Amino acid sequence: MAIVKADLELCQGYANCVVAADDVFDLDDDGVVVLLRAEVPESDVDRVTDAARSCPVSALLVETP
Amino acid sequence: MSPVTVVVGSSVGGVRTAQALRAAGYDGDVVLVGEETVAPYDKPPLSKGLLAGTSTTADITLLTEQAAREAGIELLLGRAASGLDVAGRRVELDDGERLAYDDVVLATGARARPSPWGALPGVHVLRSLADATALADDLRQGGPLVVIGAGFIGAEVAATARGMGVADVTLVDPAPVPLSRALDVEVAGILARLHAENGVHTRFGVGVEGIERVAGGLLVRLADETVLPAATVVVGIGAVPNDDWLRDSGLRLDDGVVCDAYSRAAEHVYAVGDVARLPHPRRGGLVRAEHWTNAVEQARTVARTIALPESPLAHVPVDYVWSDQYDRTIQLTGRTGGTLAHVLVPGPDPDRAFAALYADADGTFAGAVTVGWPRALVTCRKAAGQDTGTSLEEIRQALSAPRPGVRKEAAR
Ligand SMILES: Cc1cc2nc3c(=O)[nH]c(=O)nc-3n(C[C@H](O)[C@H](O)[C@H](O)COP(=O)(O)OP(=O)(O)OC[C@H]3O[C@@H](n4cnc5c(N)ncnc54)[C@H](O)[C@@H]3O)c2cc1C
Repeated sequence: MAIVKADLELCQGYANCVVAADDVFDLDDDGVVVLLRAEVPESDVDRVTDAARSCPVSALLVETP
Repeated sequence: MSPVTVVVGSSVGGVRTAQALRAAGYDGDVVLVGEETVAPYDKPPLSKGLLAGTSTTADITLLTEQAAREAGIELLLGRAASGLDVAGRRVELDDGERLAYDDVVLATGARARPSPWGALPGVHVLRSLADATALADDLRQGGPLVVIGAGFIGAEVAATARGMGVADVTLVDPAPVPLSRALDVEVAGILARLHAENGVHTRFGVGVEGIERVAGGLLVRLADETVLPAATVVVGIGAVPNDDWLRDSGLRLDDGVVCDAYSRAAEHVYAVGDVARLPHPRRGGLVRAEHWTNAVEQARTVARTIALPESPLAHVPVDYVWSDQYDRTIQLTGRTGGTLAHVLVPGPDPDRAFAALYADADGTFAGAVTVGWPRALVTCRKAAGQDTGTSLEEIRQALSAPRPGVRKEAAR
């Protein structure tokens, strides 16, 4: 399992994460990121890490223990 | 001997390619060459937070020396590439050194189109960190500021300058509206009003004849004989690709390095980001995307192809750009503007947010611009990225439908 973290203060609603992994990330009506899942299984880590790296303001982190 | 990938250009395209090579398990040497001496940095903040002074150089750094070391990326900064020997697989640097490669990635981006009205003191372009620092210094002295060119960068500079308290800001463009290359007149007109509401004087539909230096400042002379006094002038009239150094390489250059769908300009030669021109399946013809997300996505696919050459990844140019102006985020996806038909959809707070949806003649959704409404952008961007056409009407209904609130519990 890996843990997904979002910095809601940094988030600008640029939406790259949602387009890359909409099973993990969404936006609320104010355009701020919402984590649909706080943990992702090993099999999803690469894909979700790519989604996190697509954030223009580096507001997302995927931590593997 | 282990293989070597040389990446030329150390901004977001180059840095992300180098990092993605490691993420993809590439175990050869990775050498990242950059002309600038400062640590690689990101560009979107240069017209936003970094210019305003709300973010620092450290905030926008893409790769520190330590991070490079940890990732096994050899950083050669302050070194410019001056030539490419495709057959001999060597990059030539301007100090005479030659770097042998197995694969090379061209990520030299673009530079600001220079002022055709002379490079007088007080006249700026904005592309590099040095440009942004010099402009910020001048803007802190106050105005008047004249911004020539109401594209993304010009519009952002005008907005940021107002936020910095510059009292007298004028935005000039020969087109009748801002962002005229990306938007139709009606939607662009809404953005023109946003400038006016925020105290920016706009002079659209009138060209610039010249800039003069006089005692006490600058004078910008417009085609209708108006003269605008200025302490600072910003020329934001587009960018030109940095492909001149490849002139003798034999690669096909046409306003950028021409590539195939795999971002390949020749065997073992790839291009990434603003310098690359490649086929766009949905637009037909070759496209040079000049946006951040495209550079990042292309860096990832090229790195994967180099690391795992038996399964090369095609890259479809990403038609997505955001722009922050005043307190609004403006987001564009797909094909917008021109002669496409469009409808306006009001957002949750109709005074502040809306989407303009564009369609081809048969009603198929082509693209959208959203203002202050990132959720709508997500719907539109997903539809714009699909090969099977969605109708504009379907998107309109999806945006207009009330939706259950998203769960926030999982957020931390
Ligand atoms: C002020 C500004 C604001 C922007 N805002 C946004 C935005 O809000 N949203 C968005 O989507 N996009 C935005 N962009 C566009 C985005 O920043 C670019 O698409 C992105 O930087 C492209 O990255 P790149 O690495 O391909 O090229 P570049 O960023 O141009 O980097 C190229 C690098 O190569 C180096 N180089 C050039 N020639 C050589 C050589 N011969 N040898 C060695 N090194 C060389 C350069 O010094 C530079 O570091 C903005 C751009 C600017 C300038």
